[in-house]
Amino acid sequence: MTDRPTDRRYSREHEWVLTDGGTALVGITDYAQAELGDVVFLNLPEVGAQVTQYGKLGEVESVKAVSDLFSPVSGEVVEVHQELMEHPEWVNEDPFGKAWMVRVRMSDRADLAKLMTAEQYAKFLEGLEH
Amino acid sequence: MSTTDSLQRTALYPAHLALGARMVLFAGWEMPIQYPRGILAEARAVRSSAGIFDVSHMGRIEITGRDAPALMDLVLTQDVMGLKEGRARYALLCTEEGGITDDVIIYRLGPDHLLLVCNAGNRPAVWPWLQRCAGEFNRVDLKDTTEATVMIALQGPQTPAILERLAPGVASALRPFAITRAQVAGVQALVARTGYTGEDGFEVMAPAQEGERLWGLLIQGGAAPCGLGARDVLRLEAALPLHGHDMDVSTNPFEAGLERFVNLQKGRFLGQQALQRVHANGVARKLVGFVMTGRGIARSGCSILSNGQAIGQVTSGGPSATLDKNIGLGYVAVEHAQPGASLIIDIRGNLVEAQVVPLPFYSRRRGL
Repeated sequence: MTDRPTDRRYSREHEWVLTDGGTALVGITDYAQAELGDVVFLNLPEVGAQVTQYGKLGEVESVKAVSDLFSPVSGEVVEVHQELMEHPEWVNEDPFGKAWMVRVRMSDRADLAKLMTAEQYAKFLEGLEH
Repeated sequence: MSTTDSLQRTALYPAHLALGARMVLFAGWEMPIQYPRGILAEARAVRSSAGIFDVSHMGRIEITGRDAPALMDLVLTQDVMGLKEGRARYALLCTEEGGITDDVIIYRLGPDHLLLVCNAGNRPAVWPWLQRCAGEFNRVDLKDTTEATVMIALQGPQTPAILERLAPGVASALRPFAITRAQVAGVQALVARTGYTGEDGFEVMAPAQEGERLWGLLIQGGAAPCGLGARDVLRLEAALPLHGHDMDVSTNPFEAGLERFVNLQKGRFLGQQALQRVHANGVARKLVGFVMTGRGIARSGCSILSNGQAIGQVTSGGPSATLDKNIGLGYVAVEHAQPGASLIIDIRGNLVEAQVVPLPFYSRRRGL
């Protein structure tokens, strides 16, 4: 189906996490952005915020609705993608690339093992569509 | 009319699926909220060229007979007796207490022939209301034609040219708020120069079985299919209030800024006495438009504050597709209703600044 990247892990809430040493970039998937429609606003945490796996990370707003973002890993937010806040449309245009949202310093790498591979996520999506 | 609670579909339902629309439940109808190009692109297509909307879910009730104008004059806030043949008016249907039961367009098709277009969600209330009021008159017949017909809104600056190819001469002969019978691609239809987007445009009503063909021809002619999402963005930019959000039975036309659609001088109508009192005494709150000056999107239901005190509530809010701003409508205490007034909006616990602005947010004559 899609050329969903295999270099990262996926959550059941449709976030992705791409590790880079001790930190990880977090964003939402192609499926999530398509479900949301035009993304018009992002509410992301401040640098220094502590996040927990599956806990609330922020909010993403489409024209019609507000949806919660959940963190796929636990740790500390060390970078927030400020430019993305000015260009929320990037979430629709390039969800796996320039629409990364935050960088998290992971507190427990074991979190990753609880997440899905690209292949597992694809199967999970098939299940959602019956 | 049908009184079933089950899901209803317009005659254009198969066309929506074929176009890849995302369908949602709206007022008991399964309707397209958006097509694959997305809500903002659809809204921009209407502002820059042309879009079409399936509005067949809206209630269409024909009122005929010698007493038809008198019945509608009793029920609506506008002068219907004086409405000329081939003309339309925006009007309100109020309770005896002056609350807004629905907002409608009333079209005069002939001396004894009127067409009322009401909100889909209010049709189940409007129909028995009209029937009850009709009991006061001898010569009046009501007919709900909603399910027998389609209603397609063709909106945007390029729509006269698109209509011209399917119905030569019709667009140029039709002024704003006028209606005529016409052949559109060989189909006997009603064509009105009305809409709900703040743009020039037309609404075409035709037999349901011709709906899909007309819809296809209009798309071929260059109109982009648009869903309810774009319709809501566009009507908010034009500050056209939405019943059930910006007004309802608990608000009156003076609070909602709709007093110019209330003719207190005409003969007796429902709500007249109450509205005369409101007119004389003034109102304590008003519907205002605001622009977010801080970061955030106000949504319906958010509280509006000033100096830490709750002074009102947001009734509609969202991003504008045309202006690079987040906008909204809401009720505030009258002392905060002047353009320029500063407001604080409680967006899920975040207090964000906004400012009251003159309405509409967008006007096609004034531009941005």
